[in-house]
Amino acid sequence: MEAMQARKFDSLVPETPLDQAEAKRLQRNLASDHNLTVVPVRKPGRWIAGAIMAAVAIWLTYGIVTNPNFEWDVVLANLFEPVVLQGLGLTLWLTVAAMGIGIVLSVILAVMRISENPFLSIPAGLYLWFFRGTPILVQLIFWYNLAFLIPEIVIGIPFGPTFFRGSANDLITPYSAALLGLGLNEGAYMAEIVRAGIMSVDQGQQEAARALGMRPGQILRRIVLPQAVRVIVPPTGNETIGMLKMTSLVSVIALSDLLYSVQTISSRTFQTIPLLLVACVWYLAITSVMTAIQGRIEKRFARGNRTVTTSWSRRMFGGSVTRNPK
Amino acid sequence: MTMPMVSAVQVGKSFGALQVLKGIDFDVELGEVVCLIGPSGSGKSTLLRCINHLEKIDSGALYVDGDLVGYRRRSDRLHELKESEISVRRSNIGMVFQRFNLFAHMTALQNVIEAPILVQKRPRKEVVAEAIALLERVGLGNRLDAYPDQLSGGQQQRVAIARALAMKPKLMLFDEPTSALDPELVGEVLDVMRSLAADGMTMIVVTHEMRFAEEVADKVVFMDGGMVVEEGPPKLIFGDPRQERTRAFLSRII
Repeated sequence: MEAMQARKFDSLVPETPLDQAEAKRLQRNLASDHNLTVVPVRKPGRWIAGAIMAAVAIWLTYGIVTNPNFEWDVVLANLFEPVVLQGLGLTLWLTVAAMGIGIVLSVILAVMRISENPFLSIPAGLYLWFFRGTPILVQLIFWYNLAFLIPEIVIGIPFGPTFFRGSANDLITPYSAALLGLGLNEGAYMAEIVRAGIMSVDQGQQEAARALGMRPGQILRRIVLPQAVRVIVPPTGNETIGMLKMTSLVSVIALSDLLYSVQTISSRTFQTIPLLLVACVWYLAITSVMTAIQGRIEKRFARGNRTVTTSWSRRMFGGSVTRNPK
Repeated sequence: MTMPMVSAVQVGKSFGALQVLKGIDFDVELGEVVCLIGPSGSGKSTLLRCINHLEKIDSGALYVDGDLVGYRRRSDRLHELKESEISVRRSNIGMVFQRFNLFAHMTALQNVIEAPILVQKRPRKEVVAEAIALLERVGLGNRLDAYPDQLSGGQQQRVAIARALAMKPKLMLFDEPTSALDPELVGEVLDVMRSLAADGMTMIVVTHEMRFAEEVADKVVFMDGGMVVEEGPPKLIFGDPRQERTRAFLSRII
């Protein structure tokens, strides 16, 4: 074995003066050629995968277009029905409003949760435990029926003056119950996302800010949260898209959202599949818009954190570059 | 007699069962440059962090510019300071970290102007003009709008020094400012520190750059095992150390 290795090394060393001259000439050639074209590595696996996926796509499209049971004409006829558009409006409004409540609440809860003050961190923990631990459907029905539990809502200092007094029956409409249910529940989930974002910011950032004499509130607002946002945005996009579809639960408290509206039509016409497709087309359309918005926000907050993106063509072809020393 | 800028009297500090500082005594006079040297784990950085209220001391007393660190004395009682009061005192002390700790979401200029505007409530226009001058002074006048990740380590550390100087501190603390740098970038940071020292800034520098300490320091303090083993002018410490432990450390590092 050793002998073999020794021989191998020997062979690398030019033995005769002629070999030495040859090696030098090769080296000189390599150095003097200023425009060498690099041949990229071939990637046949990518093209095989592409061919398989293209076949699947053609087969799926063919099935969807030619199967008469999809009833695409019915889909098209109902896509812009006033009832459907009203349902769509409610779904959008609930999504935006509930996410708004959830985000504001979540920042407060996350800050409470990481506070050193146990009178803040423990209540926040209990809130999360309760709202993440009970089904959202139950919460919605519960809020809707709040009047059975508390007939009169009073805001004021206990055993002191009252500032507001009202009947729960008047205050808890299906709308306010839906907002409360979806928003409070979302706040609990988002709180964990915000907390993860805050914890992802390097400890040194806070230390530097403290050393500059910044107070805890200022550090949170100016240094920690802006950097946490980068981590918070992608899962928030996820949550928003989830919320878009979670709003369909509000039909149990007599609100007609997108899904409920198409079902009112299909229960009349028995065209169940095409009308569900109407809902899906809208859900997909909104999700696409949301994804685009999310991408924009992510770019905005990527400041100070460059990410290298590779173009599609470069990923497929490996890129052909001309190496040009000097 | 005037009070020294920093005065430590029997300062002790423990993390749990680990005693990091075991009764430190040392003084830093106004305008003095003091280099803290010693093996890692000797408590140099902890001492620096105590001076800036980033760590609380457990025993002894620590004075910065005549004020007791962390407390206010009223007759015979020591009142713990509130976080906001500590913040005010910290704003008079500049600190430079080993890992730079520039605010990653802000440009070089934004890093420098943030605290003077937010903490000292000074007018933005004035602060920006001063910040540009400071960044020019550290040789980065052409990188005002660069984000930290677009700067080299040496450049980041120079921005960090400018950021600390923007608060017009009475005292500058450097916690191993060149330890995280590539060797060829150490010089540019030391040059900035040298010029600061020449301007009469009071500085405490934790460093492993013995040549810098020898050249710039008025006083070198050698720490080991949470205690000050030996202190004196650099000539004495590097040329003729009296303690065996100092000699052993220096022979290993030079």
